[in-house]
Amino acid sequence: MKESQGTSGLILNEPLLWEKGKEGRIGFSMPRRDVVPSPLDKDLAGDGPDIPDLSEVDVVRHYTRLSQWNFGVDTGMYPLGSCTMKYNPKINEKLAALSGFACAHPLLPAELSQGALELMWRLERYLAEITGMDAVTLQPAAGAHGELTGMLIIHAYHAHRGSNRSKIIVPDTAHGTNPASASLCGFSSIGVPSSETGVVSPEAVEAVMDEETAGIMITNPNTLGLFEENIRRIADIVHAKGGLVYGDGANMNAVMGIVQMGKIGFDVMHLNLHKTFSTPHGGGGPGSGPVCVKDFLAPFLPVPRVLSDTGCYRLSEDFPESIGRMHAFHGNFGVMVKALCYIMTMGGEGLKQASSRAVLNANYIKENLKESLHLPYDRPCMHECVFSDRLQEAEKVTTLDMAKRLMDYGFHPPTIYFPLVVHGALMIEPTETESKEDLDRFIEAMRAIVKEAQDHPDRLKEAPRRPKVRRLDETAAARKPCLAG
Amino acid sequence: MRYLPHTEEDIAAMLGAVGLESMDDLFSSVPHDCRMHGELDLPDPLTEWELDAFMNGLAGTMAGSPAYRIFMGAGSYSHYIPESLSYLLGRSEFSTAYTPYQPEISQGTLQGIYEYQTLVSRLLGMEVANASMYDGASALAEALLMALRITKRKRVAVSRLVHPHYRAAARTYLRPGGYEIVELPCLESGRTDIAGVSAIDDLAAVVIQSPNFFGCIEDLRAAGEAIREAGGLFIVTFTEPLAYGLFKNPGLQGADIVCGEGQSLGLPQSFGGPGLGMFACRMKDVRSMPGRLVGKTIDRDGKTGFVLTLATREQHIRREKANSNICTNSSLCALASAMYLASVGRTGIRELAALNYDKAAYLKRGLKEAGLTITFDSPTFNEFVVAFPRGLKNTYDTLLEKRIVAGLPLAPWYPEYADHALLCVTETMSREDMDVLIKEVRQ
Repeated sequence: MKESQGTSGLILNEPLLWEKGKEGRIGFSMPRRDVVPSPLDKDLAGDGPDIPDLSEVDVVRHYTRLSQWNFGVDTGMYPLGSCTMKYNPKINEKLAALSGFACAHPLLPAELSQGALELMWRLERYLAEITGMDAVTLQPAAGAHGELTGMLIIHAYHAHRGSNRSKIIVPDTAHGTNPASASLCGFSSIGVPSSETGVVSPEAVEAVMDEETAGIMITNPNTLGLFEENIRRIADIVHAKGGLVYGDGANMNAVMGIVQMGKIGFDVMHLNLHKTFSTPHGGGGPGSGPVCVKDFLAPFLPVPRVLSDTGCYRLSEDFPESIGRMHAFHGNFGVMVKALCYIMTMGGEGLKQASSRAVLNANYIKENLKESLHLPYDRPCMHECVFSDRLQEAEKVTTLDMAKRLMDYGFHPPTIYFPLVVHGALMIEPTETESKEDLDRFIEAMRAIVKEAQDHPDRLKEAPRRPKVRRLDETAAARKPCLAG
Repeated sequence: MRYLPHTEEDIAAMLGAVGLESMDDLFSSVPHDCRMHGELDLPDPLTEWELDAFMNGLAGTMAGSPAYRIFMGAGSYSHYIPESLSYLLGRSEFSTAYTPYQPEISQGTLQGIYEYQTLVSRLLGMEVANASMYDGASALAEALLMALRITKRKRVAVSRLVHPHYRAAARTYLRPGGYEIVELPCLESGRTDIAGVSAIDDLAAVVIQSPNFFGCIEDLRAAGEAIREAGGLFIVTFTEPLAYGLFKNPGLQGADIVCGEGQSLGLPQSFGGPGLGMFACRMKDVRSMPGRLVGKTIDRDGKTGFVLTLATREQHIRREKANSNICTNSSLCALASAMYLASVGRTGIRELAALNYDKAAYLKRGLKEAGLTITFDSPTFNEFVVAFPRGLKNTYDTLLEKRIVAGLPLAPWYPEYADHALLCVTETMSREDMDVLIKEVRQ
């Protein structure tokens, strides 16, 4: 192979914040004192927190050095399955930071907040169109927060009809957060295995669906990267017994402009703006997880909701059946700005192109690596494909070893050991923003690693060698937790 | 399209490699009756320059400083943010990374969050803080669920002086579990009436906010003693953590769980989000805590490094038995607040908090002299309640015409305080700004 992308440049060690600084330094321009001091009750006064005094230069160098130990989408290909690590457009960052948005107080009268309300109203309409749903709330601050909102809506719907359902069906190919979200609403999860083709069969759902069951939570495309082709029949079975169909839209990046979930049986679903709609993940948030519903569930959406009366926008809490609030204010507005920017830049045709190229990229990787890695479900995939480490078992090389070795080659590893239905899973989601050359480099690196697994397994066992630290002792970290310095 | 790198030639070659004829063939596994027919009904795509103009148009309609003088806090505060923060947060190694599942190439985020956890623990006077939650309201809801889990009881008491939206979110989260929320009333002093807690049985936790929604500093020590006697966990929540630069922190005063909103510490208001849910507790309860945690460890060569830890509490391992369903947090916002705390430092945070306190005291005096009533006599930080004896609505509307927002009218949340508004002054408000308000209300 050509020279590897991974190399080691000069990066600097950097101590912990409080190991730096000196009392009396400051990194903040203290505003002018134009009022006199006022007496303070001594019993209430404290000593102030024990935090270090640093200059602006200290702070800037500290965080610049830390940043250089991180790998982001802007560093290189980040094919983390289920996470949709696509490029995050820079203009969107600038526009979300416009002072009109960034300095806006959330409780100002509506007539002083028309721009923000219009922005939210538009985003709701566009997301409804993309999903084929009727009404949207932007309040949930992340995907799992959206799932919880969706479950609360389902709970409220059944309660409103006077029925007390205690169970929810969750297939084994669902996202890990699904059962946890359901149990917060008091639902117990009923597992349904996927069939040998990797999708849920209507028969399996029919066998467990009853009038004690509130509905089904289904991820489509699922976490194997496969389209749930029986979805219409499954929805009919669930609906016939009075249940609702919840869609985890984390994988919506595969089907924009191809499938409208609201038209194929879903009643409620969440989206992840930080996946499908290109807003950055921020090292684990802030995200945004809007929930889209069919008309009959709209009364249960969280309040406040944005309404439009002939071009004037306002917020209303006047929805007596609403589940209430999920957030202190209106959700992660700053993230909404970026998502709307993305949709308005792409347009309908652009979003469809993004999805079809995401699917093309995943299939290209699948076809090019299936000779090297075991492919448990050899079928056309959507936006991601799942391999396993079965072919490497003879050399005692694991998925973890291959993932760590990929770092030395200059790539972020795929998602590993998920979904749980595939033993030793490697879940690869390239996204549409990777070019053919980048995919070819990744494929070449993976093949080289598979060859190393046969010829020099120790290179994989010892990996990674190039990042700032080598494999870390996670067991020790959990056994004797040191969570603050 | 500049975000899509494929050329026609690439597409042809790649389709060939996967053995397909057209892009449409990629979706052969989607049944015909699931396919969308026709195009998405969305506006035509904009160029970068058109988008810039459109968004500037929307942002331009928003009221803000310096055109408006906004004396409003109530959970969202206007504070100065050093330019160094926006620059550092714009480092895309931080902003374009995912949750640090692969620690070897995520040490920047991990050390940054470990430092955040430490600074938050010190600010709140607690033993351990998590890697952050969505916002103050959801953090409080999670704190209540945590207390219900620990005590296995069914009832919680929440002060009426906790932010009304936080109480609303707590109701949403607790309703399906059938838990009961008892409201603790407000005393004439503007503090919570804690006397009733001893009579509540099956009590899992009591929540007090300080500074509370009316801006008053609560007597946390006394509240804590009463709550311990009643047998519940003591949860302290907050919307304005800058106050702890000046006032005693909740940990010193016996809190078991402390949670609230960190927006004040380096985050723009941004129409209410993203915010930063700060969450801290005692080490003995750490295994019941929701959210991510970063811990210190060593690598194979004995070098110090950081990892996500205690994951057995979390949804991806315990699924339905997890402490919470939280997966993402507000990592970048947590980093922002750590940068902010590092920038102001111990010396600076005291000075800045004192400045907020003194400015609020100045405005209080001025409004009193102008004939308004300061409703509560308890000590406050940078917010306080004002009564408008001649009625709030007319004065409020007249001031709005002069581009002054005279705080938040309380009536929608506290009908007993009609003609009252909650006013806020921070370091971003000059004496001149305050003098304009004082002059306008005198007459």
